[in-house]
Amino acid sequence: MATQKAAPRSDLSQQDAITVRFAGDSGDGMQLTGGQFTLSTALAGNDLATFPDFPAEIRAPQGTLFGVSAFQINFGAREVDTAGDTPDVLVAMNPAALKTNLPALKPGGLVIIDTGEFTKRNLDKAKYDVSPLEDDTLAKYDTLQLDISDMTLEAVKPFGLGKKEALRCKNMWTLGLALWMFDRPREPLQNWLREKFAKKPDIADANIAALDAGHAYGETAELAGPLQQVHLDPVPTAPGLYRTVTGAEAISLGLVAGARLLRLPMFFGGYPITPASAILHHLAKLKEFNVTTFQAEDEIAAICAAIGASYAGSLGVTSSSGPGIALKGEAMGLGIMTELPLVIINSQRGGPSTGLPTKTEQSDLYQAVYGRNGDAPMPVIAARSPGDAFECAIEACRIAVQYMTPVMLLTDGYIANASEPWQVPDPDSFERFPAEFLTEPRGEQLLPYKRNERGARPWIKPGTPGMMHRIGGIEKAADTGHIDYSPDNHQLMTDLRQNKILGVDIPDQDVCLGESSGTLAVVGWGSSYGPIHQGVKRAIAKGLSVSHIHVRHIWPLPGNLGDLLRGFDHVLVPEMNTGQFKTVLRDQYLVDAQPLTKTSGQPFAIAEIEDAIGKYFDGIPDNEGGQVAVNEQQLPSPVGGDE
Amino acid sequence: MNAPVKIETTLKDWETDQEVRWCPGCGDYAILKAVQRTLPELGCDPANTVFISGIGCSSRFPYYIESYGFHTIHGRAPAVATGVKLANPDLDVWLVTGDGDGLSIGGNHLMHVLRRNVNMQILLFNNEIYGLTKGQASPTSRIGTRSPSTPTGSVDSPTRVAAFALGVGARFVARGFDVSKKLPEVLKAAHAHQGAAIIEIYQNCIVYNKDVFDGFAAPKGAEDSQLWLEDGEPMLFANGAKGVALDLETLALKIVDVVDGDWQAAGVIRHNVKNRSIAHMLVELPFGPFPKALGVIYDDPAPTFETLVAEERERASEGKEPNLSALLAKGQTWTVDAE
Repeated sequence: MATQKAAPRSDLSQQDAITVRFAGDSGDGMQLTGGQFTLSTALAGNDLATFPDFPAEIRAPQGTLFGVSAFQINFGAREVDTAGDTPDVLVAMNPAALKTNLPALKPGGLVIIDTGEFTKRNLDKAKYDVSPLEDDTLAKYDTLQLDISDMTLEAVKPFGLGKKEALRCKNMWTLGLALWMFDRPREPLQNWLREKFAKKPDIADANIAALDAGHAYGETAELAGPLQQVHLDPVPTAPGLYRTVTGAEAISLGLVAGARLLRLPMFFGGYPITPASAILHHLAKLKEFNVTTFQAEDEIAAICAAIGASYAGSLGVTSSSGPGIALKGEAMGLGIMTELPLVIINSQRGGPSTGLPTKTEQSDLYQAVYGRNGDAPMPVIAARSPGDAFECAIEACRIAVQYMTPVMLLTDGYIANASEPWQVPDPDSFERFPAEFLTEPRGEQLLPYKRNERGARPWIKPGTPGMMHRIGGIEKAADTGHIDYSPDNHQLMTDLRQNKILGVDIPDQDVCLGESSGTLAVVGWGSSYGPIHQGVKRAIAKGLSVSHIHVRHIWPLPGNLGDLLRGFDHVLVPEMNTGQFKTVLRDQYLVDAQPLTKTSGQPFAIAEIEDAIGKYFDGIPDNEGGQVAVNEQQLPSPVGGDE
Repeated sequence: MNAPVKIETTLKDWETDQEVRWCPGCGDYAILKAVQRTLPELGCDPANTVFISGIGCSSRFPYYIESYGFHTIHGRAPAVATGVKLANPDLDVWLVTGDGDGLSIGGNHLMHVLRRNVNMQILLFNNEIYGLTKGQASPTSRIGTRSPSTPTGSVDSPTRVAAFALGVGARFVARGFDVSKKLPEVLKAAHAHQGAAIIEIYQNCIVYNKDVFDGFAAPKGAEDSQLWLEDGEPMLFANGAKGVALDLETLALKIVDVVDGDWQAAGVIRHNVKNRSIAHMLVELPFGPFPKALGVIYDDPAPTFETLVAEERERASEGKEPNLSALLAKGQTWTVDAE
C-alpha cells in the first residue's frame, strides 16, 4: 500500500519544534483539519502558532493550482512565535497541493501524499507533464505515498455513504494519522465530531471511523521508514487556564470587555469584507452582553451609524479592511471634529485597491496615521498577535472614551485568522474606566466644547434635559461649539485637537528582547512580532548586540521611544510594506532607520530577519563585542540638533 | 416610542440664538417656521428631540432649532440617524436633507433608511438644484436645466422623490411645499406615523432655481393645480368641479368633471392612504395634464427597525447570562498547574 523511498531522513524526534503544513484542494477541508490539529496541539500543552493560507475564491475549480488551500502550524516543546519558516512535514492531498507547497518544504523533510488523487486528470490540472511520483521531484525528501482516498473509502464503507460523501472523510483519515504521529489523543476530536454532526449520526460515525483508521494505520505501519511517532513535551508555561484564540475572536472579546469596563452598551456597525467580517460574525452572537450589531448598506453607513450611536451614548465601533477603511475616511474626520468616541478596527490585507483579500500585509499604516483630509490626528494602536489583540481592543476603548476621539486598531489578515494558545484573563483584573456623561452645565453656561485636563470635551447624551446643543463637521468655536470660521479660532482648534491626541496617556516603550542600548535595534510593529522576536533571539545567541523593540502605540508614539532609538547605532525596521513605519520614525526622531520590507502577502520568515541582522555584522570575526562595520550605504546619522 | 410625555412649549422655545444664514426670500425660512410652529402643537420635548442633517442649504436646519442637533457629512445623515435610533429608540429624530444630499450622494442611505423603516421624520427639501455649491443641476433637475455645470441644459432624466420612496418600500410618503399653510398638518401626520416617514417638501431656491414650482405653488390658480389628498375623502380639486377617477380600461388615473357636486356619479375615487397601488399611480401623475398630488399619499405602518432589532437582541439573549469570565473561557480549555 505504502511505498517508501530511502532518502536523507530528518529525525523529527530530535527537534524541539516541528512545522507541519496540510495542503489540499479548497474542498478538502484543510482549514478544518488544521484547526482541529491546532486544538489537539494546544490540549497537549505545546506552544503553537498557525498560518492559514487559503485562496480568495469561494469554490475554486477542483484540483487547480489556484484552488489550493493550506494550513501551517508550528508547535513545540519550547516557546513558539511564528508559524515556522519551512515545514518539516507536508501533507499533500492532490498534485496541485504538492506542486504549490513542495518548494517550501525543508530539504529532507517528510511529504505525505494521497496517491489516490494522482490521476492523469489531476496531474494535468496541476500542470505536471510527468507524475512527480515517478521522476526525481521528490528525491530530496522523505516520502510516504499512501492511497488515502482508497483507505478512507474502505474505512467508511459500513456507513453506506455515496462515494463523494465518503471521500469527504479523507481529511479525518489524514488527521488521524497526524494525531498518531504526534502522540495525541483522539477523544476530543471524536467528541467534537459527534457534536458537530449531532443531527447526522452516520456522518459523525463515518468521520470517526476515518479518523480511527488513519490513526490505526500509523500504529500498525510504524516501519523502519519515514513514519515515526514523535512526542513533544508540554512547554513550561505560567499556571492558569488556557484556550486557543484567533485575532478576530480576541478583538471581539476585547471589545466586549472594553465596553464592560466603560459600563457602556456597544454598537457595532459593519459591512462584509475579508478578512474583517469575522469580527462582525463573532459579535453578532454576543447580544446578551448588550451588544447591538448592525450590518449596514455600505462601509460609510457602518461608521456613520457607529458615530450616531456614540453620539447617543453607546460605544460606537466599526471594522473593515483597507478598501473599506478608505471609504470611512470622511466619517473619521467627522468623529474627530465632533470629538465623539469611536473604535475603528482595520484588519489589513494586501493592497492597493482590492489587492490580495485573503493575504496579509501591513501597508495601511500611512492610511491609519495620515490618511484623512485636513489635520485629523487620531490615536493608532497595532496588535502584535491574536492574544495581544484582546488587550489592544480594551486599550482602544479606553482611549476613545477618555479622550473623546476615534481610535484605530490595526490588525491584519494573519492575526485575524491565526490562532495561538491564550491564557484566559480574569476580567476583574483590568482597571475599570467608566464613561462619564455631562448632565448639567459646569458653570452658568452650557459649553459643549469646554475641555477637561485631558483636553477632552464632555460627552452629552441627547435626551438630557436642559443640555440641548448642536454639533457638526464645521469648525467649532472653542468652548461653545458654535460655528466659527475665524482664522484665530481655526488655528486654536487645530492645535487643541493635535495636542489632545499627542497627550494621550500611553505607557513608555519597553525593549522586549536584548539590552536597552547597543549596536542594532530591530523595531517592529504588528504581526511581524513573531519572526522578529525569533530572529533577534538567534542573533543574540550568536553574541550579537541586537535588541527587539516592538511598538504597540503607533500614534502617538511612546514618549521615550526617541531616546531609546538613539541608544542604538543602527535601527532596522522590518515590516510587510514598503517602509511606512520606517518613514514615521525618521520623521519623528531624525534617526537613520533602515527598512526591511516584504510585500508578498506572506509573513516574514525568521531566516529573513536573521539574514538582515547578519548584514550589520558582516566582516567581523566572531562578532564579539557586537562591533559593527561601517556601512557606507547607510545615510549619515544626524549630528547635533535633535540629540 | 416618540416623546412619551407631552411638553408645553411655544414657538420661541424652539428658536436658537444662532443667526439664520439662508438667502433672503429662501423657502427654507418658511419651512423652519412651519416646523417651529408644529413642534409645540405636537407637545415635543426639546431635550428628547434630535435634528440630524447632511450637507447643503437645508442641512443648516439643526443650528436653528433649539433641540439636540447633529450636522453630519454629505449624504450620510440617514446612517447617522439609524445609529442614533438603534442606540436610543426613545429619541424623536427628524432628518433634514435635500435633493442633492438625499438622492445623489446619499441616495443609497436614503433607500436603506426607508426600507428598514427606522422610526423618524425625513424632511427632503427639493429645490431641484445644488444651492450651497452655487447652482449646479441636481438629480431632480428637469431635463434642460441650465446651470454652471450644464451650460447648455442638463440632459439626464430626473428622479422623482415620492416614487423613489415608494419603490424602495417606504411606509409613509407625503408631499408639501415651503409656503403651504397645510405643511404643518403634513408634518403632524409624519410625526404620528411610527416608522420612516418621508415628506418631499418643494422648496423655492430664489437664487438658482427661482419659482420652478410656481405651476402649483403660486397662490394664483392653486385650486386647479393642487390635489390635496385626505384619507377617506374623494380626490377632488378645482373647488370640487373636478376629480380623479380610475379608468378601468387603461387601469390608469384620469380626470373627470364633477357635476353638481355628485362626485360619486363621476366615478371619483376616495383616497385610501393604505392603498399602495393608488399611491404609486398618484406619485407618477405628470404635472400639467394632472394637478400636483399633495398631502399624505401613503401611510401604512409596519414594525420599526429599532423595535425589531431590540426584540431580536432580547430573543438572542434569552436565558443567557452575560458572564464575561465564562465567555472568555469558552470552548476547549486546558489548565496548566503550578509546578
